Amino acid sequence: MAEATLEDRSGVALAVGYLGRARTLAGDNLKMTVGLGLVLLVLLFGYAGPLFVDVGDAEVGSKLLSQRPGAGHLLGTDAQGRDMLAWLIEATPGSLRVGLLAGALGVAIGAIVAFVGGYYGGIVDALLRSFTDVMLTIPSLLVLIILASVVRVVSLEMMALIIAMFAWMGPARVIRAQVLTLREKSFVDIARLSGEKNFSIIFKELMPNLMPYILAAFVGSLLGSILAATGLEFLGLGPANISTLGSILFWQDFYNALIRGMWWWWGPPIVIFVLLFTGLFLASMGLDEWANPRLRERA
Amino acid sequence: MNFGYVARRFLIFLATIWVAATLVFFLPRLAPGDPIEQKVIQMQTLSGNQIGDISEIIKSYQARFGLDQPLWKQYINYWADLSRGDLGFSLSRFPSRVIDEIVRAAPWTIALIGTATVIAAVIGSMLGALIAWRRSPALLRFFLPFFMSTAAIPYFLIGLLLIFSFGLTWRWFPLGAGLDYGLIPEFDWKTISNMIYHAILPAFSIIIAAMGFWGLGMRAMIVTSGGEDYMQLADAKGLKERRLFFNYAIRNALLPQTTALALALGGVISGQVLLEVIFSYPGLGLLLRNALGQQDFFLIEGIVLMLIVATAVVLFIMDLIYPILDPRISYQRR
Repeated sequence: MAEATLEDRSGVALAVGYLGRARTLAGDNLKMTVGLGLVLLVLLFGYAGPLFVDVGDAEVGSKLLSQRPGAGHLLGTDAQGRDMLAWLIEATPGSLRVGLLAGALGVAIGAIVAFVGGYYGGIVDALLRSFTDVMLTIPSLLVLIILASVVRVVSLEMMALIIAMFAWMGPARVIRAQVLTLREKSFVDIARLSGEKNFSIIFKELMPNLMPYILAAFVGSLLGSILAATGLEFLGLGPANISTLGSILFWQDFYNALIRGMWWWWGPPIVIFVLLFTGLFLASMGLDEWANPRLRERA
Repeated sequence: MNFGYVARRFLIFLATIWVAATLVFFLPRLAPGDPIEQKVIQMQTLSGNQIGDISEIIKSYQARFGLDQPLWKQYINYWADLSRGDLGFSLSRFPSRVIDEIVRAAPWTIALIGTATVIAAVIGSMLGALIAWRRSPALLRFFLPFFMSTAAIPYFLIGLLLIFSFGLTWRWFPLGAGLDYGLIPEFDWKTISNMIYHAILPAFSIIIAAMGFWGLGMRAMIVTSGGEDYMQLADAKGLKERRLFFNYAIRNALLPQTTALALALGGVISGQVLLEVIFSYPGLGLLLRNALGQQDFFLIEGIVLMLIVATAVVLFIMDLIYPILDPRISYQRR
């Protein structure tokens, strides 16, 4: 990984650097390519699906009840006459949005905690690090359950916000460790000696070198957030009246779809989850290998 | 063992419990909505009787539970109760105590999660190590894609698939619950074998899902250590393959693997909660779901607190094990 030098400080040079790195990344990283491909597939399903399927069929009572997959309803219908295919297409973007929002917020909070602690060091760092460690050991789903059981979650954004409060510790840990090693590098000393402000050192000198780690942390936190949201929704703590993949799983449990043999109700959401999670997981492994070449397998 | 190290870990342990208990106390109380009011209104709707003024009832219950006092006083009372192991009464199973409900459900959860996680860790780590080992047969590499896919899938989704195939379609195993309906639990082989029979599918959900996590972690460690100087030296000395594998490669991966468990423990417990719901397995997870359905706030708080404290205890014990796995740790001054 090339370190940013004094010459290429301009924004254009930085952007060109990122693009170049992204190209080599996709080229020689199979996991990354396959992973992103799977995620893209799910994105296409959720966002291009409404072009081919009438999402209005996701309403209760728009089709016959509890139909097996067949003509007119390709993935069958649920116990209240919702068309499964339309419902899935309507629900997928919801789950993705919660994950993206909570993941991005989580990484942002984590990065701030890491930069402040890692760069300034001392007592601030010790306190932040202990707090991160403590929060990391608390199973977040449980605290989220407490929170969601008393606060009526009314929107996806609100749920994302709640989840983000417990999605920053992982990123903070990873990024802090990198800030610590980077801080001692000579180019940071040079920047400091040539009078750069702390703020600009963090953004111009440290950030470009941390990008792979931040991206990897983001994918990890995105995955965790979607999982947390699904868990909450499955327990019936998600926003009512908004379809997400987790809410489909809640309703199939509510109507005992499993025992009634309605595999088309819970099977397709699982397939989407498997595609999405495997995709994100492969992408995050690919990013890890990109950021840390020692993980690459010796051929 | 270094005293400073143990003291620091113990402080983190206490801090975790304090933060968790404080969150559990303040989050519901600062949020809008009053559990007692909700509960009374719910009970009133259920009974169909219109009693003129329910604010009287609400007030008397609030006084009973001490909810009419200022927040700081409630907080002190809360800690006084906690220190006596008193978590209050369950609202939905009145007059049952929260602590009794928890004690009844906890053994189920501990037995399942403990056994399955240990099995998953051992099998997963061994497979992962073998996959990464240079001289293992090419056939083993076949497992790698399998690992990668299961590591990313949550427990309860695998649970659904297992119930559908082995429970519903082939009828090899029960669909759920912890014991046959009507079987009176006694300490005999009949009860125990029935328990194991019911626990097999949930346990396998955990094992399948968690194995990939362990395998991938182990594989990364072994691949990295493959190029280290000490490995080459050991190889050049002509040490036996088996010794290289166990005493050099695996030995050095033990600590990172234990650390990985520490970081994943929160996720393991969250996964267990959802898994128990899928399987109607009579542990803390199912109790929590039922408490949520019945808006039994004291029970919800009690279970969550207990699970967090249990996690903290396990992590503290693991912190004490680290220096045995890696003697360098106790000398670190950070």
